[in-house]
Amino acid sequence: MIYRETGQFKTTYASDVQLFPIVQDRVVVIAFLAFAFCVVPFVASDYLFRAILTPFLILSLAALGLNILVGYCGQLSLGTGGFMAVGAYAAYNLAVRMPDLNLIVVLVLAGLCSTVVGALFGIPSLRIKGFYLAVTTLAAQFFLDWLFARVGWFTNYSSSGSVAAPPLALFGWHVEGPVRKYLFVLSIVCVLALLAKNLTRGAIGRSWMAIRDMDVAAEVIGIRPLHAKLTAFAVSSFYVGLAGALWAFVYLGAWEPLAFDVNRSFELLFMVIIGGLGSILGSFLGAAFIVILPIALNRLPAALGIPLSTATVSEIELMVFGALIVFFLIAEPRGLARLWAIGKEKLRLWPFPH
Amino acid sequence: MTKLFSMKGLALAVAAASALAAAQAVAQSNEIFVPALVYRTGPYAPNGVPWADGFVDYLKLVNERDGGINGVKIAYEECETGYATDRGVECYERLKSRKPVAFSPLSTGITYALTEKAPGDHIVLITAGYGRADSVDGSVFRWNFPMLGTYWDGADILVQHVKKKGPLKGKKIALVYHDSPYGKEPIPVLEELAKREGFTLLKLPVTHPGVEQKATWLQIRQQRPDYVFLWGWGVMNSTAIKEAIAVSYPRLQMYGVWWAAAEPDVLPAEQAAKGYNGLALGHSAENNLPVHKDMMRFLYDKGKGTAAKKEEVGQVLYNRGMISAMLTVESIRTAMGKYGKGVMTGDQVRWGAEHLKLDPARIKQLGMEGIVQPLAASCSDHGGSHAASIHTWDGSHWSYTSDLYHADYKLLRPMVQESALRYAKEKGIQPVDCSREK
Repeated sequence: MIYRETGQFKTTYASDVQLFPIVQDRVVVIAFLAFAFCVVPFVASDYLFRAILTPFLILSLAALGLNILVGYCGQLSLGTGGFMAVGAYAAYNLAVRMPDLNLIVVLVLAGLCSTVVGALFGIPSLRIKGFYLAVTTLAAQFFLDWLFARVGWFTNYSSSGSVAAPPLALFGWHVEGPVRKYLFVLSIVCVLALLAKNLTRGAIGRSWMAIRDMDVAAEVIGIRPLHAKLTAFAVSSFYVGLAGALWAFVYLGAWEPLAFDVNRSFELLFMVIIGGLGSILGSFLGAAFIVILPIALNRLPAALGIPLSTATVSEIELMVFGALIVFFLIAEPRGLARLWAIGKEKLRLWPFPH
Repeated sequence: MTKLFSMKGLALAVAAASALAAAQAVAQSNEIFVPALVYRTGPYAPNGVPWADGFVDYLKLVNERDGGINGVKIAYEECETGYATDRGVECYERLKSRKPVAFSPLSTGITYALTEKAPGDHIVLITAGYGRADSVDGSVFRWNFPMLGTYWDGADILVQHVKKKGPLKGKKIALVYHDSPYGKEPIPVLEELAKREGFTLLKLPVTHPGVEQKATWLQIRQQRPDYVFLWGWGVMNSTAIKEAIAVSYPRLQMYGVWWAAAEPDVLPAEQAAKGYNGLALGHSAENNLPVHKDMMRFLYDKGKGTAAKKEEVGQVLYNRGMISAMLTVESIRTAMGKYGKGVMTGDQVRWGAEHLKLDPARIKQLGMEGIVQPLAASCSDHGGSHAASIHTWDGSHWSYTSDLYHADYKLLRPMVQESALRYAKEKGIQPVDCSREK
């Protein structure tokens, strides 16, 4: 009843192509953003900012990047961790070697480094498809892991291979403390999510989806696979690289190549699959599922006052988490975003379904 | 269907939110909180469990036997990290709300990450036998205390020991290491020593978790190094020893660092591991000291012990966990000596750790005679003690097979300073003047 678009007429082209055509959606999104920007910083605790919200937002950004490649363009990638590492180490080297560089410039350049590397490793996608492409991107992952672990120049010859982020400042505004870090990451994620939403609606996004659905047919109607696939790799890697730089600089503070190993790639792929392939919202839902749920499960027994040993709790966490993944994939193979979409469809008719 | 799922999601979200809220409400005012970052699951669990049991048992013992530290009870909480850095950071943030004074992360990778966070939060990091070697320099690393010994000490001592068997010129030493900050830590010192002593260093990394080492040991069979230094952790150690048997590399020429020289490493290979050597960080598998008897009397006889089996008490890693907890407790006690007998803050405990002195008399009082070397921390030396000896597995027990070695600080001091200053420069830290610290 509330969620019904009756009477909302679109009288101009602009209103027809706007981001959220339904008024209720617009109101909800704006209210949600206002809540995230204006209310959360005052009510949430340090723990929530540092251990939940910041990593959630950063990994959402990485999942969003991967979703562009896998969900929109249909190119399976297992090298996401490696591209995150490119972003992280590029940002580190830029910041250490050119200390006067503005933080935003560092992050964007780090994203661009990752773009170049991503596009390079995307070239095989022109000839290789499906699972075979997954194998070549896996090779990228292992190569990049090796590169950052073995070539001393990238870690500024740190003896242990672990590097630390320099202090973060933006026009004299220090990105320190949980709230500032949260706001900083939130702003970046909002801008990039908006950009991604628009990209996927535009010509370029449509060419990605055409390639995904059937590349031969797409070629016949005049879409250049080279252009479409490589732009998908480039844009995706930019997002992923930027997320890697944020993960290293804002969340971890100090890191080693192990922080971006193949497990990270799998984790991100699971986020995209569970959240929903080809959906911006799905990237966020998937990230929430993978980041927040294990921690919540881990803390649940203690919060309910059930005394269990640490080992039992973490084993239960793994089991329940695994069971939930299976459950959600059986309940809705197209991901959490699809569940949300079904919910919206139902709400349109509620309380008078056919 | 959909509605059902969203209800479940809602219930889950509510439960999660209440979990967070509840945990924040438990901070108590008349106790000192000592968190324990542990790993009881995953590939590092065989080694993580005894350490965690020893750590928690000692805190329990202080509460049961002495009624706390000078009457102030210790509260503790475990958090499972699985040896993963991001999970360790989450644990740190989670436990931070209970106002902890000192963390012992038991992972060099997590130590690196927390080194960036601890100064801002005023929390001491006591990394007994691990962590950053350059954090010995307290003028830069104000909050890190790599007590007992660092990996640079370990590397130097191992070389001192093998040098006794004959000059190293022209010899070949292989370092089989866990490919993480932990395993890479000794490399600069070994490289420096290779230059000075004239041996060749063969660096053979093993990727996490270390169950696949065939290629590494094939290389060892080809190259036939005179000595193998094993810098592994968890299942990697027992796998390495089994692989050494498979390529028939003599165990007598194998030396593990102190994290690769405990029962979980040799037991899977039992008799075949006979003759395997390792560093003993001032202690081996002693289990009959007064402190162990107290453990039995106050905890295990009453069914309050943490370990699943009584036999675990006194194992190498159990002892090390116990000593790590002891260092934390004694740092707090030292702080109380200056600031009064109440609940301490992180700053006060930092002072306590920096002025921690354990002389033989005090060690005897603690019931730890023979498993803790005299230790005196200071601003310029946050380690306090840099000694270790060699112990050897005879198929069923560990026994000492060398005297106590002391790391050569004529060699290490300049390296520590150079590395610490480079860190200070990268991070824009102004080192404090240690001569003015009181």
